[in-house]
Amino acid sequence: MEIWMLLSILVLACFIGYFVVWGVTPALHSPLMSVSNAISGIVVIGALVTAGVADASIAKLLGLIAVFLASVNIFGGFAVSHRMLLMFKKKEKK
Amino acid sequence: MSWLLPLSYILSGSLFIFSIRGLASPQTARGGNLLGMLGMILAIAATMFSPLVSDWLLPFGVILLGGMVGTYSALKVKMTSLPQMVAAFNGLGGLSSVFVALAEIISGSRAYLDNSIGLIIGAVAFSGSMVAFAKLQGLISAKALVFKGQQFLNLVLAVAMFGLCGYFIWSGDLEIFYYLAALTILLGVLLILPIGGADMPVVISILNAYSGWAAVGIGFSLNNVLLIIVGAIVGASGAILSYIMVKAMNRSLLSVMLGGFGAEKQGSTSALGQDKTARSGNPQDAAFIMENANKVIIVPGYGMAVAQAQHILKEMADDLHKSYGVEVKFAIHPVAGRMPGHMNVLLAEANVPYEDVFELEEINREFATADVAYVIGANDVTNPLAKTDPGSPIYGMPVLDVEKAKTVFFVLRSLNSGYSGVENPLFFAENTIMLYGDAKKVTEEIVAALEQNK
Repeated sequence: MEIWMLLSILVLACFIGYFVVWGVTPALHSPLMSVSNAISGIVVIGALVTAGVADASIAKLLGLIAVFLASVNIFGGFAVSHRMLLMFKKKEKK
Repeated sequence: MSWLLPLSYILSGSLFIFSIRGLASPQTARGGNLLGMLGMILAIAATMFSPLVSDWLLPFGVILLGGMVGTYSALKVKMTSLPQMVAAFNGLGGLSSVFVALAEIISGSRAYLDNSIGLIIGAVAFSGSMVAFAKLQGLISAKALVFKGQQFLNLVLAVAMFGLCGYFIWSGDLEIFYYLAALTILLGVLLILPIGGADMPVVISILNAYSGWAAVGIGFSLNNVLLIIVGAIVGASGAILSYIMVKAMNRSLLSVMLGGFGAEKQGSTSALGQDKTARSGNPQDAAFIMENANKVIIVPGYGMAVAQAQHILKEMADDLHKSYGVEVKFAIHPVAGRMPGHMNVLLAEANVPYEDVFELEEINREFATADVAYVIGANDVTNPLAKTDPGSPIYGMPVLDVEKAKTVFFVLRSLNSGYSGVENPLFFAENTIMLYGDAKKVTEEIVAALEQNK
C-alpha cells in the first residue's frame, strides 16, 4: 500500500511542479535554475538520517560527506539566486 | 511528538512551492528565494531533532562547514561565471545523492531499486555537471568532442549499466553497486562531452532535472515524502526548461543529447559569400545613424557576454535615450548565452531595468518599426534562413526578425558562420552594416562618438 501512496504523491507533485514552473517569467529562468538547484539540496535530509546514527561506521562517514556536499549546494544555490535577484531592478522613477 | 516531523515537512514543502511561485515576477522573486531558505531551514531542523537522528551535533557542524564553503564561493564568483557555478553546485547535489544511496545500501537497506535509481541519476547529474563546468570554465574545449563509434560506445555502456543495475537488484551484491556507480559516472562524462557550447542551455537544464529525480529516488528508498515532492518539482522545472530551450532551437532532445552539433564547420566560403561582399562601417557612422533614429533595438548574444560588453551597452542605451531622445529596447532570444535567461541576468547586472528587456515573441513585430537593430555578439538567432531554407540545419528555429529594421548593425569579430555552421545571408543584405571587432571595444567607440556629437 505504502508504495502506491508514495507514487500518488509523486504524480501530484509533478502536476504542481508543472503548473508552478510554467508560471515563471522567462526573464527569471536563470534564477529559477539556481533556486531549484538549491532546493534540490533537500536530499540533505536523507543524508542527515544516514549521518545521524549513533555509532561510527562507513555508512555514517558517507552520510556526513553527503551532508557536506548537499550543504554546499543549498547555501551556494540560495546565495547565487539572491545575488542574481538583487540585480533585477525596476526603472527609476523620474 | 510524532506529528512534529510530518507537519514540518508539509510546511516546508508548501514553502518550496511558494518559493518557485515567487519567480513569476521580478517583484516577488526575492521574497520567493527567502521562502525557499525558510523551507530548507525548517526541513533540516525538523529532521535533525527528530527521532530519526540520534547524533545531530556532528552533522550540524558539517552543515555549517558546507554552508560556509557554498556561501563563500557563491559570493566570490563573477557574474560572467554564473553558468559554470550553477553547473558545479548542481553536480555536488547529484554526488550527495550518490553518497546517500551508497550509505543506505552499506547499512543494509533492502530498497535496491529505489537506491539504484538515486545512484544512477545522481551519478549522471554529478559527472555530467562536472564536464559542463569544465567546458564553461574553459578547462576543456567547449566544442563538441566527437570520435568514431562514440554513440555506439555510449549505447554499449548504457546497456551494461542497465544490466548491472538489474543484476544488483536481483542479487543485492554490494560490490556490484560500486561497479554500477563507477560505470554511471563514466557514462555521464561521455554523454556530455560531445555536446557543444551553444547547446549548454539545454544540457544545464537537463542536469538540473536529474538532480531532482535523484532526490525522488532517495525519497522512495527512505519513504520520505518531502524528498519526493521537492524532487518532483525540481525535476519538472528542469524538464520544462529543457523543453523550452529545445523548442527555441527547433531541435529534438534526442538530437541535442546525441551531440556533435556544430562539431565540424561547413566551409565558411560557401557559394553564398563568394559573389557578395559585406559592407563594413566604423563606429562613428554607427553612432551618427543611431542618434538620428527614433527607435533602436539591441540584440545581445553570447559574444556580448564573452566581451563583458553589457555595462558599456547600457551606457550607450542611456546616451541614446537621454541625449538624443531615442527609444531603446533590448530583444532576447531564449537560447542566447549559455544557460536559460543568461542575457537577462547580464543586462540586469548592468542595471538595465527589466521593463526595457523583451522576449522574442513580445518584440519580434517591433523590428518593422525600428530604425536600427544593433546585434551584438549574436548570429544564428537572427539568421533568416531559419524561415526560408528547409534544407538548413536551423530551419524552423524561431529567430529575431532584425532584417525588418531600416538598418542592421552586426558587431562581430569576423564574417564566420555561427555555432550552427550556417552562413548568415543578412551579412550581405543591403541594409546591413558590419562593425568588426570586439563587442566591448566597438561599443566603447560608439559611446565616445555619441558623447562628442552631443
